[in-house]
Amino acid sequence: MYVVLILSHALGNTEFFMYFCDRRNIKKFMLRITNLHASIGGKEIIKGLDLQVKAGEIHAIMGPNGSGKSTLSAVLVGNPAFEVTEGEIIFEGKNLLEMPPEERSCAGIFLSFQYPVEIPGVSMVNFMRTAVNEHRKYRGQDPLSAGDFLKLMREKQAIVELDKNLINRSVNEGFSGGEKKRNEIFQMAMLEPKLAILDETDSGLDIDALRIVAQGVNYLKRPENATIVITHYQRLLDYIRPDIVHVLYNGRIIRTAGPELAMELEQKGYDWLKG
Amino acid sequence: MKQYIDFYNSYREKIDEGCSPLLNSFREKAFETFRQFGFPAGQSEDYQHTDIAGLLKEDFGFYLNRSGINIHPHKVFHCDVPNLNSYKHFIVNGHFVDYENPKDFPPMVFSGSLNAFAKQYPSLFLKYYNQLAGTKNDGLSVFNTIFVQDGYVLYVPENEVVEKTIQLTNISAGNNNSLINRRMLLILESGAQAKLLVCDHAYEESPTTANTQIVEIFAGENAKLDFCELEESSPNTIRLTNNFVRQAASSQTRINAITLSNGTTRNNYIIDLAGEYAETHLYGMAIADNRQKIDNHTLINHLVPNGHCNELFKYILDDEAVGAFSGRIIVAKGAQKTEAFQSNRNLLGSRNCRMYSKPQLEIYADDVKCSHGMTTGQLDENALFYLCSRGIPKDEAVLLLKFAFTGDVIQGVRMEGLRDRLKLLIEKRFRGELVTCRGCGRVEN
Repeated sequence: MYVVLILSHALGNTEFFMYFCDRRNIKKFMLRITNLHASIGGKEIIKGLDLQVKAGEIHAIMGPNGSGKSTLSAVLVGNPAFEVTEGEIIFEGKNLLEMPPEERSCAGIFLSFQYPVEIPGVSMVNFMRTAVNEHRKYRGQDPLSAGDFLKLMREKQAIVELDKNLINRSVNEGFSGGEKKRNEIFQMAMLEPKLAILDETDSGLDIDALRIVAQGVNYLKRPENATIVITHYQRLLDYIRPDIVHVLYNGRIIRTAGPELAMELEQKGYDWLKG
Repeated sequence: MKQYIDFYNSYREKIDEGCSPLLNSFREKAFETFRQFGFPAGQSEDYQHTDIAGLLKEDFGFYLNRSGINIHPHKVFHCDVPNLNSYKHFIVNGHFVDYENPKDFPPMVFSGSLNAFAKQYPSLFLKYYNQLAGTKNDGLSVFNTIFVQDGYVLYVPENEVVEKTIQLTNISAGNNNSLINRRMLLILESGAQAKLLVCDHAYEESPTTANTQIVEIFAGENAKLDFCELEESSPNTIRLTNNFVRQAASSQTRINAITLSNGTTRNNYIIDLAGEYAETHLYGMAIADNRQKIDNHTLINHLVPNGHCNELFKYILDDEAVGAFSGRIIVAKGAQKTEAFQSNRNLLGSRNCRMYSKPQLEIYADDVKCSHGMTTGQLDENALFYLCSRGIPKDEAVLLLKFAFTGDVIQGVRMEGLRDRLKLLIEKRFRGELVTCRGCGRVEN
């Protein structure tokens, strides 16, 4: 694997690398994005993007501002503001683009938002109980009893060291930047997704908060689930070690390699790839 | 209008029959005023969205003879607001249903029929009855004064405290279209305290019922009153109310005007803060869909310094419903250190519903803290998407957000058991399930 990595890197041949990965791992793809084109307000942001993710993998997607990172995450969870004009996204054999956002969530996709929304008047407890029970309904399970639900909340809260007072408040209302991000990971812990997408989860976090958030993500890592980490900086990747690093630029993935690519980007910036 | 003038001229004696002479003594003057001014003109500044004369154009029948009512609501009905420990009273077609008060009812407090009050406390009756409503040449008030047959009086003497909530349920009985004139007089002397919940019920299949209702509230020094009105009526119901409040120094009133379901509703609130350090909390909410209409009009007069008022009205409209809010706060010259806050927020759920809002603030003093504001809009798309992205179906997410929108009005209700019940009723209402408290409603006569 090491040799191949170097070889593929040296050749700058991502397809070769991916091909080799495919051969090594006979598991099916969890997520397969093919020739994705997406636009907002008539402006095309994603311009022919391909990406495959397998269970157990952590992918990092890096890239300069405006390259389409957040658009990709928005399209994956079905944000209605974005229009997919071409291509397909297959998640666990199902056509994701035909599913409304709530169904994608129940099917196991989770986005940790870059800017979590404040919802005055909707309590965290009520929000999470509704969400957890909708997931259970999707799987044909009965709703959780009030006692079991509170137990689950307490357990998951501890993972991200989320202040228990926050749970009694309205969703994200008056939360600090760090608390909002922790709350995202808390929700992820509650819903136990198959594919977690962390959109700039590190932005606005101090080192301690970053460590707690990263610990939470690592704690939730299972061989049967996958994570896509979208980030500007290599910093978060010190805590969440990616298997594969992609560089997104101008709506396309222009480079795919192992974790060392992140280090290289940190040193050299993105300019050397753009040409 | 003419049919009412003719009716009065022809049936004068019939109208007086069975009523206290004191009550009757107010009719003539009111009749003269009505003949002169009539109903408030539709399209006039204060009645842009409710045409009272138009609504009452039909020749409704009056219920003049109370002997025809042989319902015993105390036996038949039981209200199922859980945890609301209350004294229960009933009004059938505007008439108070006599019932012996329970043993724990404070003996000094009068809670009963308007006619009985006039008989028992004639001087108090003359001191208070029609003293607020009669000062304005308001067509609705004078109309009610001409025809009213009975009503409800709560009289809490000095320093008396009624701990339990008093609950008044309005019931319409009968199979014909009718016009019912209701009247309430609430007198709290200095240091008195009471909580009154008024439930206004009617079932879907009820015949058209028009209700006029005049409420006069006197809060003495340091008095404390919670007055909550809950309308759960039918599309065939017309409800026209005037609520007059006069507050003495350091008195506190909390008024909740909640419309859960209705036909056409117009509520006027005219509140005078006549003593220093008086405090008013006026919280209103209206949920309307189909072709329902709700028009709330408020006027708060800060006449003296150091008054405080807090006004919040929220509307949740859908389908082709029409909502109107016009709120005016006047801070009189010299009413320094007044704190007055008014807010109206509206949620529109469809393209065809309409909201008219007119927040007004008139300040003639120079050392005050006041604000007023209005927002009208749709649900926040980002919040909706955030909820959906966690697996909550869109319908359910809409419900959560609409419910959240009503939160601060519900928090403004101080009667504990009622708050929980309201949450349940509102949720049912948004889910499109029938809204009625079991047990209450219309009875076949």
